[in-house]
Amino acid sequence: MKNLFKVLSVLLVLGLVLAACTPAEPEPSEPVVADEPLRIAIVTPSNINDLAFSQSISDAMIALKAEMGDKLEYVYSENLFVVDDAAAAIRDYAQKGYDIVIAHGSQYGSSVQEIAPDFPETVFAWGTTVDTFGLPNVHAYEAASDQGGFVNGVMAALLTETKVIGVVGPIETGDAKLYIDGFVAGVHSVDPSIDVRVTYIGSFSDVALASEAATTHLSAGADVLTGSAQMVIGAIGKAQEAGAYWFGTQADQTSFASDVVVASQVYHWEVILREIFALRGEGVMGGKTFSANLENGGQVIKINDGLGLDQAVLDKANETIQGIIDGKVTIP
Amino acid sequence: MISDLFTATVIMGIISSGIRLATPYLFAGIGEMFGQRSGVLNLGVEGQMLLGAFTAYFVVLRTGNLFLAVLAAIAVGALMGLAMGFVTIRLQATQGIAGIGFYLFGMGMSNLLFQKLIGVVENINGFPIIKIPLLGDIPVIGEILFQQNLLVYLAFLLVPTAWFVLNKTTLGLKIRAVGENPEAADSLGVSVVGVRYFTVILGGILSSIAGAALSVALLNVFQQNMTAGQGFIAVALVYFGSWRPFGILAGALLFSMVNALQLWIQVLGIPIPSELAVMMPYVLTILVLTLSLSKGKGPSALTKAFEREG
Repeated sequence: MKNLFKVLSVLLVLGLVLAACTPAEPEPSEPVVADEPLRIAIVTPSNINDLAFSQSISDAMIALKAEMGDKLEYVYSENLFVVDDAAAAIRDYAQKGYDIVIAHGSQYGSSVQEIAPDFPETVFAWGTTVDTFGLPNVHAYEAASDQGGFVNGVMAALLTETKVIGVVGPIETGDAKLYIDGFVAGVHSVDPSIDVRVTYIGSFSDVALASEAATTHLSAGADVLTGSAQMVIGAIGKAQEAGAYWFGTQADQTSFASDVVVASQVYHWEVILREIFALRGEGVMGGKTFSANLENGGQVIKINDGLGLDQAVLDKANETIQGIIDGKVTIP
Repeated sequence: MISDLFTATVIMGIISSGIRLATPYLFAGIGEMFGQRSGVLNLGVEGQMLLGAFTAYFVVLRTGNLFLAVLAAIAVGALMGLAMGFVTIRLQATQGIAGIGFYLFGMGMSNLLFQKLIGVVENINGFPIIKIPLLGDIPVIGEILFQQNLLVYLAFLLVPTAWFVLNKTTLGLKIRAVGENPEAADSLGVSVVGVRYFTVILGGILSSIAGAALSVALLNVFQQNMTAGQGFIAVALVYFGSWRPFGILAGALLFSMVNALQLWIQVLGIPIPSELAVMMPYVLTILVLTLSLSKGKGPSALTKAFEREG
């Protein structure tokens, strides 16, 4: 009976852990050989087409590749939620002589801190964070996702009729929390009486629970929803069925549900990567902290033109964006 | 604040969410139960679910045919079950480790196929809601119980069917005999190997359908690792339900409804940290397991390979 209980405990713990994470599936692609191009390697925690965080860095590389052509080549290892596997990939890329290794996940910090000193000729870029560990070859980058969250929140406040808005979050931390806090502040800047209800489902991958969280918000009276991280595809589906507005973040989610997605906060990491490339050309290998925000274009609010929104809503959104850029609107 | 929970909207919401969330657990849990009653522990459920979910989603995306999708999921599940059976019954590999191996295979393979064959997430038209005539018109109850999609009805019909097969048929008797005392069953002319292959393949099929229920009936999308540990919870629910179909039903509903309850607690703004709220179903499951373990006794030959003497 003791053994049985052991088995059960292990099962439950395993279930709990798996509910919260996406295990590793390393699949490094082979680089293409060309005349001494800039060689970049990227490590991401989820799939590069997750319509969310990992896709944002992949889209940036696609944009840079289009600009730079043969002068840039890049490889990626996706789906490395397990930090140990990611660390192995980061070290491997550094050893293979990649010029810049991008560790695209806040959970990769300790790995970068440990590996970077062994490869002084390699630039490490770690996001999203502000910490470079004082190392000369580590850059840090983050997104001011509270800015986009605020703009989305302002628009959501103008669109809700029931005065109830639902938020489907993953785990109360990092980029997701920043976005959600900004969103709530944005809603309340327009009308403090609007009830913004936030749920965190405790998982980045549980699509079924995200879907039920959205259903719960809808039956509790919400007519506008938002959410962060890759499991929200379950929630967007429910918003679509109910005809409720959806606000996206991390990638343009219009393609997924063009009839309900109002706007998406989209990251343009290429703005920051261009700077990192240029600095490397000047011999600066690290030590800087970058922020993708509305001002430098590292963050853009992508509005779904097909929805036919009221001009008043669009004007207010643009006014808010401009206000944040000018410093006239401050996010609490 | 707490009193907000006792309104008709909340209670109806919890029950209907609970029914939807319980559906994959029922398919996978009942499948796992048949395997365990015959002596085979299959920890690969999660992997079988993911492959089933992908297969069904892919077929719907390409053909739009829902029944073909379920048939394809059944075929893939049967193959996965056959492979698991070959490794654990024929080659007599340690069941726990083999199961973990199949889990990793299913996860990696479903992800790889999604990347190579589809790439970008798209919505599909899955199983529609079927309103049962008359019963579906009953106020409140009809809306919760009799306006679901086909796979939800099948999951709940599976429970009494499994009970009947296990307790009232010769096949059920053979399965139980093989799981309790394979040597005795063998001496009476029951094919231990045959029965175990049957239950493990059946388990693979039902796990695969559990995955399909997610991707083409409840959510109508596929995403890597979308089962998020549900396959492991299904295995735990078999212990929870003391290897009985109605026990598994009770466990699946309890776990799912507590999960739905914690969502409502957050939505209503009852001041409990979200980290604690999401733990509720797991903590409750551990509590019930601890309290009920003294009563429940698993099949005697569970995890033991069978080799005919002489």
